[in-house]
Amino acid sequence: MATPFYLDFEKPIVELEKKIEELNQLATGGLDIKADVSKLEKRIEEMRKDIFSNLSRWQTAQVARHINRPFTLDYLRLMFTDFVELHGDRNYGDDHAIVGGLARFNGQPVMVIGHQKGRDTKEKVFRNFGMPNPEGYRKALRLMKMAEQFRLPVITFVDTPGAYPGIGAEERGQAEAIARNLREMASLRTPIIVCVTGEGGSGGALAIAVGDRILMLEHSVYAVISPEGCAAILWSDGTKGEQAAEALKPTAKDIIKLGVIDEIIKEPIGGAHRNHEATAKNLKEALARNLAELNKLTPDELVEGRYEKFRAMSQYVE
Amino acid sequence: MSWFNKEKAGIDKSEGKKSKVPEGMWIKCPGCSETVLGTDIEANLNVCPKCGHHYRISARKRLQVLLDDGAWQEFDAGMTSVDFLEFKDAKSYQERINAAVAKGGSKDAVICVEGAIDGTAVQVAIFDFAFMGGSMGSVVGEKITRSIERGLKQRQPVIVISASGGARMQESILSLMQMAKTSAALAKLKAAGIPFISILTDPTTGGVTASFAMLGDLNIAEPKALIGFAGPRVIEQTIRQKLPEGFQRAEYLLDHGMVDVIIPRTEMRSELSSILKMLHRPTA
Repeated sequence: MATPFYLDFEKPIVELEKKIEELNQLATGGLDIKADVSKLEKRIEEMRKDIFSNLSRWQTAQVARHINRPFTLDYLRLMFTDFVELHGDRNYGDDHAIVGGLARFNGQPVMVIGHQKGRDTKEKVFRNFGMPNPEGYRKALRLMKMAEQFRLPVITFVDTPGAYPGIGAEERGQAEAIARNLREMASLRTPIIVCVTGEGGSGGALAIAVGDRILMLEHSVYAVISPEGCAAILWSDGTKGEQAAEALKPTAKDIIKLGVIDEIIKEPIGGAHRNHEATAKNLKEALARNLAELNKLTPDELVEGRYEKFRAMSQYVE
Repeated sequence: MSWFNKEKAGIDKSEGKKSKVPEGMWIKCPGCSETVLGTDIEANLNVCPKCGHHYRISARKRLQVLLDDGAWQEFDAGMTSVDFLEFKDAKSYQERINAAVAKGGSKDAVICVEGAIDGTAVQVAIFDFAFMGGSMGSVVGEKITRSIERGLKQRQPVIVISASGGARMQESILSLMQMAKTSAALAKLKAAGIPFISILTDPTTGGVTASFAMLGDLNIAEPKALIGFAGPRVIEQTIRQKLPEGFQRAEYLLDHGMVDVIIPRTEMRSELSSILKMLHRPTA
C-alpha cells in the first residue's frame, strides 16, 4: 500500500500504534512485555471500532475520499481474473479517469467499468483526480454496448468527485455524454450491477450507475453535489462542508432508507483503506450473490425491472 | 483556503429584471442599447423588436402563445415537494417551498400540459424558473416522467421547455435520481418512435442539461440562451482561466454540435408545427 495517511480522527489510533512499535523494539532487546503489547492491541481494536461505528457524515465523506481506499484497479486485481483493459471511445480519445475492460468473475466473463483515481501526484494528474471528460463516459457506453452484444453482465465501480468541469468538457458535450448514458443504461439488455465504492459525485457518478442492483460500501457517500460545492452555493462559504454534509445526508445508511441502493457492504473495522483484501472479499460475496440472481432473468425482465426500480425513486404529495 | 469562493452574487432566482419588462415605460435594451417601449417588447413575446434580444418570459405566457387557442389541459398541478431530508441551510427546505408557492402561480418548478400545436396534439412540460430557479426535485422528475408516459400511451410528441439551474440540492440523492428516471422514460419513447423535442431556454444547466434536455431528437435553443453542464463560475475557479467569448451560449453550442438549431421565440410555434408534421405519425 502507498504511504501512510491518516485522517484527524484516526490520530489516537496512530498514537497507540506507535507505542506498540516502540514496545516491540524494547521486546527485541529482551524485555518480556508481551502482555502489555496485547493489551494495547486490544485497546486499538476497540478504539477503531468505536470511532468507525460513530463517524459523522462529514467524517464518512473523508473516509470515502481516503487516498489509500481501494480504487477500481485494486478491485480488478483482487476480485477478477483475466482482465484486459480496453481503451478509447472511438471518437476522440482515451480518458484515464475511467477504466474498463473484459474480465472473469468467478469464471464468468463480464465487462468491468469504473472511475479511477490516483494515489501519488503524478498518477492523480494522469487520472485527472477521477473526474472524467465526455470521452470517458463515451468509452464506458461503448463497452456497455459491447457487453450487451456479447451477453456479458456489466459491473461498475463508482468513485468520482464528479464529471470534470472544464472548457473542453463542455465543448465536447459533457452533459450530452452523461444524459446519453442514463438513457442507454436504462434500456441495456444485460445485467448491470453498480458498486458505489468511494465518492458518488453527482451526475458524473450516475453516468455509470444506472443498474439492476446498486451496492454501496459502508463508508462511501453518494449525493447530488459535494458537501463543499453545496456549502459554496447555499452557505456562500465553501468551508462549511461539515454542515452541508449533515444536510445532504449522503451516507449509505441515509440512502438505503430512500430506496436508492439495495445493499450496504460492510467494510473492515477501520475502513476499506486499512484492509483492501477484506473489503474485496465482502464485496465479492455480495456481487456473486446478486449476479446469480440476475443471471436467471431475461433481458425483458431486466429492463422492465430496472425501469420500475428508478421509476419509484421520488417523494412528493399529490 | 476555501476551494469555492462566492465572488459574485448568485444566479438571479426570481424572474427579476431579465424578464420583467416595465409596462409603458421606455427602457434601454441590454441587447442593442436602444431605447424601446416596454409594451412593444411585451407585445413581441418579450423579444426586443429592434435587435431580437430575448428577455425571459413566464411559463404560462409562453404556453399561451405556443399552443392552439392559448388553451391546454394541465396535469398534476397540485403535486408538491416534501422536505423528507429535513434539509436546512439558512432556511429550511419547507420554508423555501412555502415561500415559492406563496409567490403565486405554480406549486413546483414545472407545468405539465396537453395541448395542440397547429392541430398536432402534444404533451408539453415547461419549467417555471421563478420557482426555486427551476430546480429539479422529485416533483419535477415525476411530472416530466408522467408527461413522457402520457406521450407514449397516447402516441403524442413530447416537448420539454427547460429553464433550470439543475438538480435541487435540498432533495440530495433523490434529485439526482430524477435524471435517471426521466432519461429511462425517454428510452421508451425513443423505442416507440415518438418524437421528443427539447427546447433549451435561458438558462439551462446542471442535472437538467445532463439528462432529458440534451436527449431531444431535436435540441432547439433560443438565441443567446446560457446552456451548460457546470456553471461558468465553477469552471473558472477549477481551471483558473478566463472563459472564451460567448462560452456556453446557444450559438457556441450550435458551433460545437450540441444543438440542432437556434429558433427565435417569435418563430418557435410555426417552426415546431412544421417539424412535428414532418416527424410525427400519430398511428404506429
